[in-house]
Amino acid sequence: MGLIPVLIGVPAVFAVLLSFIRQEKARGVVVYVGAGSVMVLSLAFVASWIQNGSMIEKVYVNTEMVDHLMMVGEAFLMGLIVVLSIKYKRFFAALLSVAQTSLLFYVELTTDLPEAEHMLVDRLALLMCVIVAFVGGFICIYAVGYMKGYHHHHKEFKDRQPFFFSMLFFFLAAMFGLVLSLNLIWMYFFWEITSVISFLLIGYTRTEEAVRNSFTALWMNLLGGLGFAAGIAIMAFTIHSVQMSDLVLWGAPLPVACLCLAGLTKSAQLPFSSWLLGAMVAPTPSSALLHSATMVKAGVYLLIRLAPALNDTIVGLMVSLIGGFTFIAASMMAIAQNDGKKVLAFSTISNLGLIVACAGIGVEETVWGAVLLMIFHSVSKSMLFQSVGATENCLGSRDIEDMHGMLLRLPKLTYIMGIGIAGMYLAPFGMLISKWVALRAFVDSENVLLVIFIAFGSATTMFYWTKWLSKLISQHHARDNVTDVTRRDEYLSMFVHAGCMLLLCLLFPLLSTNLVDPIMLELFGYARPVLSMEVLNTMAIMLVSVGIVPLSMFFVSKAAHKQLVPIYMSGVNEGDDRYFVNSLGEPEHLYLSNWYLRYQFGMRRLMRPSIYFSAAILVVIFCLILGGAV
Amino acid sequence: MQVLSVIGYLILAPLAGGLLDGIDRIISARMQRRKGPPLLQPFYDIGKLFSKEVIAVNNVQMLLNLSYLVFLAIAGSMLFAGKDILMCLFILSTADMFLIMGASSDSSPYANLGAGREMIQMMAYEPLTLIVAVGFYLSSGSFQVSDIIGQQYSSVLFMPGMLLGFMFTAAIKFRKSPFDLSTSHHAHQEMVKGLTTEMSGPTLAIMNIAEYYEMILILGIFCLFFLNGNWWSWPLAIAACAVIFFLETLWDNASARLKWKTLLDSCWVITLLFGGVNLLILMLLK
Repeated sequence: MGLIPVLIGVPAVFAVLLSFIRQEKARGVVVYVGAGSVMVLSLAFVASWIQNGSMIEKVYVNTEMVDHLMMVGEAFLMGLIVVLSIKYKRFFAALLSVAQTSLLFYVELTTDLPEAEHMLVDRLALLMCVIVAFVGGFICIYAVGYMKGYHHHHKEFKDRQPFFFSMLFFFLAAMFGLVLSLNLIWMYFFWEITSVISFLLIGYTRTEEAVRNSFTALWMNLLGGLGFAAGIAIMAFTIHSVQMSDLVLWGAPLPVACLCLAGLTKSAQLPFSSWLLGAMVAPTPSSALLHSATMVKAGVYLLIRLAPALNDTIVGLMVSLIGGFTFIAASMMAIAQNDGKKVLAFSTISNLGLIVACAGIGVEETVWGAVLLMIFHSVSKSMLFQSVGATENCLGSRDIEDMHGMLLRLPKLTYIMGIGIAGMYLAPFGMLISKWVALRAFVDSENVLLVIFIAFGSATTMFYWTKWLSKLISQHHARDNVTDVTRRDEYLSMFVHAGCMLLLCLLFPLLSTNLVDPIMLELFGYARPVLSMEVLNTMAIMLVSVGIVPLSMFFVSKAAHKQLVPIYMSGVNEGDDRYFVNSLGEPEHLYLSNWYLRYQFGMRRLMRPSIYFSAAILVVIFCLILGGAV
Repeated sequence: MQVLSVIGYLILAPLAGGLLDGIDRIISARMQRRKGPPLLQPFYDIGKLFSKEVIAVNNVQMLLNLSYLVFLAIAGSMLFAGKDILMCLFILSTADMFLIMGASSDSSPYANLGAGREMIQMMAYEPLTLIVAVGFYLSSGSFQVSDIIGQQYSSVLFMPGMLLGFMFTAAIKFRKSPFDLSTSHHAHQEMVKGLTTEMSGPTLAIMNIAEYYEMILILGIFCLFFLNGNWWSWPLAIAACAVIFFLETLWDNASARLKWKTLLDSCWVITLLFGGVNLLILMLLK
């Protein structure tokens, strides 16, 4: 597979290139070319793999020079973290970084590892590559338009766009490396890069809040990195191998648990969720990238890889409990949020929780659900972030309260947002089907707690999405008009995403049989269809009906002759549905607000207990493993 | 057989629902020492509503209400065709979502409040419906309705707690007091007609027909608790449904409307106590 270095190298080259381009127009062109070539390359990569017979390929046995370069890279990253930590006086991050890097150097220099392949190309890795290339690539394109508007609105922040775009492309390169690595030391290297880049992206605006949140993200991810390094060290000293596949075969609780810790931090599961919530301070494209296609998906990717080793073990229990609990806790907290991006952040955490829980159960059905959830989540979440970002640029606010009646004000953005939201929870879109399979598998694995988590969690999920959607759809003529200032780059990306989403739902049966079932075969060595073809086809028919029913009803109701009247407001309606006459005979403005149930579901009430609870699960199970109880 | 049962549902459900509504009104009236309307009053009402001029506050409400009706019919058809019960429940909530959209599309204060309360009601009853579906799966080994009704013993033997819990939360679906927060069958309430404030004439009639479909769907789920492979389970199930429906009417007349907080808390606690514990025992048994 000669294309691997190209696939990782090209975005890296573009990243370097972009860091030098100060001229806006040229940058736009380079980003388009870069994103385009990444997408083409990923497709070419898949095509060449199919041409070679669609076999699992393991490559790169002798890589001494690259290994040394990576050591230099790791040392550089450590140096960078230490310098920045000292600059901002946050020494905990530096401590973690030094600890893990020295641990890893010690392992690399003292143990003699037998020669083995360093990279692996299979369907799961290829799927991740395509997701990263396309979702990530379009986010980069979106960023071209978005960042212009952003710096137009926010004059107070220093314009560091060359740096920003450079980081976006580096991120893509690191993700390609990460998903293709078989050797854990290599994966760890790319893992660290994503941690550091997300830290730099979150701190983009350099405000006090941004710096604080970026360091939170850094220390949490470095803690996971320390777990990663510890897992590698244990493996290297015990079984003299650092191959992912050997770890899955070996399946000893401690190293698996260490790696799972890394996966949990990166996918922002409780108690490590606060870094993802803090990441909101960064400009929208970086949140979209962190939340949908990259960063958090790296965490679940690792867990899905480990899934066969998690089945019916105490580590699997830990992972699935934390995932299931995160699913319900985050979806409850999402109810109390009125900031659009916050709702999206909580929903990301909550959905990842479901994926993590599926991976933790580690049987074929759940992993099937996990992979599909991952695909659908990347596309729809990326789309939602972009539309909220674009809405913010138009309305000057991302408060859901301000989106009242957006359907009449910004119709195009509303449709995109609506498709994204529907894709997240409605029957029979993909997310829901995966949830359905997950529920069935949880029942089969006899985990009562998880079944209850998912039952309550889907009710709360329903609630926060429905109230958002109903806010959008209100037929309310606002006083002032807004102009849609969304640029063409942004629309291009969003329309492609929306198209992909609909296509993915329509082609769901094909996706399941041709892509996900073979992935199961590779991961577990066997595969049976999780859903029968009949069910899948019913699904597709249902999907069409979701489109057709309202559409045909639209024509039916249009044909009906009707008289439009003003709404009932108790006091006399002033005639425009906005004011009514109050008891003093004066016009009173009507204001409609959503339900937030802040006292019941607010972060202030739920966050601490959930952190304590999930941290307790982690600590107890780690103690059990370290104490040798299993 | 499947086709017949679906067609039967599509045609008979509104009729049966209307009749039940009529019976309900008479029983309620007798409980309140009134004579009550004639049995066929609901049909007269719907006929009258359809004869009215279409007056609307916007262009989308009718369309959303129609979608609500069609999705409810689809959800019910899935149940009566013996398909997957979980999918049926998911489509039921999609249908409900269209009703909420319809109510909040008009940007009217009372309808919006009603829509908000309806969402809370959904959040309150949904966990238990999912747990009930899981209960059927555990007792019969399948989510398919056709398998559930074909087993040797009735599911209720394995899931009595879930039945009790479902009877409790079904009051939400039947729009019965104490859980008729979003809209009520009785005219006098603190937010006019809630969800349906801005619906009139044919739009309201469509909503009413949809409610009849829903009523029969919920009663169908109650039947699932009792049905098994033997023929005598069918009259038993129908008798049980009649008793349950009577109990709901009784409860409706005997209790006052609750606040949403009490509704949510009580439904969730009942779900955990009756549904969760029953589920745990069922998992240990199987």
